Amino acid sequence: MSTDAINYYRNNFLKEVEANVEEGAWVKMCMQCGVCAGSCPLGNAWEHTPQKIFMMIRAGKRDEVLESDAMWMCTSCYNCIARCPRELPITHIMHGLANYAHRLGIAPKNQPTRKFATMFWNNLVKKGRVNELKLGVALYFMNGFVNGIKVAIKAMPLGLSMIKTKRMSPMEMLGGHGIKDTGGLHSILKKAREIEDAKMKKFD
Amino acid sequence: MAKKEYSFYPGCSSQKAASGSNYQTSVETMCDVLDIKLNTIPDWNCCAASIGYAEGGELPRLALSARNMALSEQASPDQDIVATCAACWLATRETKERLNNDAELMKETNEALAAGGLEVKANQNVRHMVEVLIEDFGFDEIGKHVKNPLDGIKIAGYVGCQTNRPFGIDGESFENPKYLDKLVETMGAEPVENYDKKVSCCGGALAFSEPEKSQALIKDIIEAAYDGGADMIVTPCPVCQLNVEAYQNDINAKYKTKFNMPVVYYSTLMSVAYGKDRKASGLDGQIITPKQLEDIAK
Repeated sequence: MSTDAINYYRNNFLKEVEANVEEGAWVKMCMQCGVCAGSCPLGNAWEHTPQKIFMMIRAGKRDEVLESDAMWMCTSCYNCIARCPRELPITHIMHGLANYAHRLGIAPKNQPTRKFATMFWNNLVKKGRVNELKLGVALYFMNGFVNGIKVAIKAMPLGLSMIKTKRMSPMEMLGGHGIKDTGGLHSILKKAREIEDAKMKKFD
Repeated sequence: MAKKEYSFYPGCSSQKAASGSNYQTSVETMCDVLDIKLNTIPDWNCCAASIGYAEGGELPRLALSARNMALSEQASPDQDIVATCAACWLATRETKERLNNDAELMKETNEALAAGGLEVKANQNVRHMVEVLIEDFGFDEIGKHVKNPLDGIKIAGYVGCQTNRPFGIDGESFENPKYLDKLVETMGAEPVENYDKKVSCCGGALAFSEPEKSQALIKDIIEAAYDGGADMIVTPCPVCQLNVEAYQNDINAKYKTKFNMPVVYYSTLMSVAYGKDRKASGLDGQIITPKQLEDIAK
């Protein structure tokens, strides 16, 4: 086969995924057996199963993959990784694709897991540890104030049980847990982000 | 037996007034009986769990765990790192393995850590508390301390996902790990045989963002425990514990079920069997009361 023919099949989107997506170099190893699709606890909720996503990447279907909310259905159960006969790190590739679409700003806008994941990261970075109460409250109000009140009222009995069992404290709203060296942590994360951004390759 | 010491990574849910604070209480009680000293990693931070990836990306996410490892290497260089939370263990162990196998990633991670005045070698083992119990003590040893055997209680061992995959416990299968059942037996209780949701997913973090989809999974986990005749469920994971215990009212309302299934930590079972009281065993943290354990613990 000539180099041209090989390059034709190694389309831009596959190269882009290999370069910019976490563990993306593994995509070409998928043999389309479908065990991942059949092993996923939310398999029926995926617009495209992981098996299909791997083939779509190789077929150059960039927008269809990155704009899909499929990868956002990953619960991180690692069943697909444990069972994949080719030992692809499928969970990480799905996370990587979701993260890449998010960074490019083309992931589905109101995807709830996308929103929750962003709130989670921002919450933990702020003080170095997750503040469960603030995260919970932010989650209730994720879809606007009025809806948030409704969700919060519905969750009230659970909230009260959590407080009663000392597994939540309203005091966490004021300050709450955190690390001492937040400055150092922020410098580390800033540097890590810079290194990662500098490695991102351009594909058009 | 000589005191065993570990570099301890407790994780966010273990903190005072956090969702897994009762796990931490019972772990401390259990460790006290077994003469285990946990040296908490100074100034440890969150590992980003399995949901931080979307905003955090790869290197910043790995840097979080690398910072904890660097701090552990300074404070307790000769000890294994031990985590009690499945996500903490997974994130830290994954980071260790990736750093050990990828020189470029190691270089980049240390470049990032240097910005905070730290350096990582990633040379400490990263283990889950159940590995410590099984490998460093063994069932015979942990059984020796039982004062009040949990006679007549039938328990479904719900291992869940992240304590089991992708790393799992040495010598156990991914599809049907037996250690939790053996632990139940060692404490004098009866494990549910062939509990078919033993390693099924509770939805993890998606219990928050996709509650309906996750609650359908949780319903099956509880239903299978009832089908097996269980009085309660036991789990090693704080997310499993919270998800399976906390949403039973919502599930009952939606599916017209009458679930009232207690979900406890292995460390709570052990503390009760070791003769400790209600509070020390973390039983005051149960939303659904495991009455049989309360009766034993008093």
